[in-house]
Amino acid sequence: MSNKQQSVTAVSLGVGFATGLYGISFGALSVAAGLDLWQTMALSLLMFSGGSQFAFIGVIATGAGVVPAILSAWLLGVRNGFYAIRMNPVLSVRTLLKPVAAQLTIDESNAVSLLGEPDKRKERFGFWLTGVAVFIFWNVFTFVGAVVGSQIGNPTDWGLDAAAAAAFLGLIWPRLNQSKLLVLAVASAFVATSLSVVLPAGIPVLLTAVLAVVFWLVGMRGDPK
Amino acid sequence: MSLWSAVLISSALVYSWKLFGYLVPEKFVSNPKIKELAALLTVALLAALVGIQTFASAEGLSIDARVPAIIAAGILFYLRVPFVVVVIVAAAIAALIRLLV
Repeated sequence: MSNKQQSVTAVSLGVGFATGLYGISFGALSVAAGLDLWQTMALSLLMFSGGSQFAFIGVIATGAGVVPAILSAWLLGVRNGFYAIRMNPVLSVRTLLKPVAAQLTIDESNAVSLLGEPDKRKERFGFWLTGVAVFIFWNVFTFVGAVVGSQIGNPTDWGLDAAAAAAFLGLIWPRLNQSKLLVLAVASAFVATSLSVVLPAGIPVLLTAVLAVVFWLVGMRGDPK
Repeated sequence: MSLWSAVLISSALVYSWKLFGYLVPEKFVSNPKIKELAALLTVALLAALVGIQTFASAEGLSIDARVPAIIAAGILFYLRVPFVVVVIVAAAIAALIRLLV
């Protein structure tokens, strides 16, 4: 195993563990929102997308009902579709494996894979290892959170919300040495944070996709390759 | 609608996005321009999540224990500290501030 491959392994397992820890928070909050243990586990196993899961239980907790909960989860899941479009040609898996790859296509697996660019082998390795690691840790810790949640108190007391922010930052960090991506990241964070005050959960994040497209179009004009 | 139906329907809907991406023809997405767009989208969406996860709260925006935690995380990433260590330190800083303040 080469040095670079080892570092992909370390990042994948680190990301899996760190994201998994946040699963404790999800399990605890889900039970607090009124879901039972098995409904909570069904979300982590079947939906398997942190943002959508938190949105779902968040809306249920407010008492707004199941239809807004379904819609928020669905909207927040769109970005996985973008990731899937990127992963498809990288993985080039057989048709039978595509449903499995699809389930593992989330923020973390896509981001670690992106770090491997342009080495296709590293991209694939990062995707699968991170996807499987996050899946295992996320579900085990969801279970732990749902079972012991009421005893550990509020997840924010443990700083788990800050851990999630730090994890997302770590996923894009290696890309921020390119000034164009740094500017895009700062602009996206600013726009989404500002809009989150006035728009429903999920929409502000998606709107930053428009920013990405603008940067893409400007880049094509300035850089005629 | 029961809570169980809602759990299953929303899970299927979230999965449908993931699967959809794998059904788009490869010929279209192997274009370098499209790959560039996908990379830009990843950075934009994750940066948006960093911002919201750091500042958004039930009462709107707030500057609380998460802000020093994320600043510390940025410094540690800059110093090339391993990912999992940074995440744990960030959680510890936020937890400690909330304990003391």
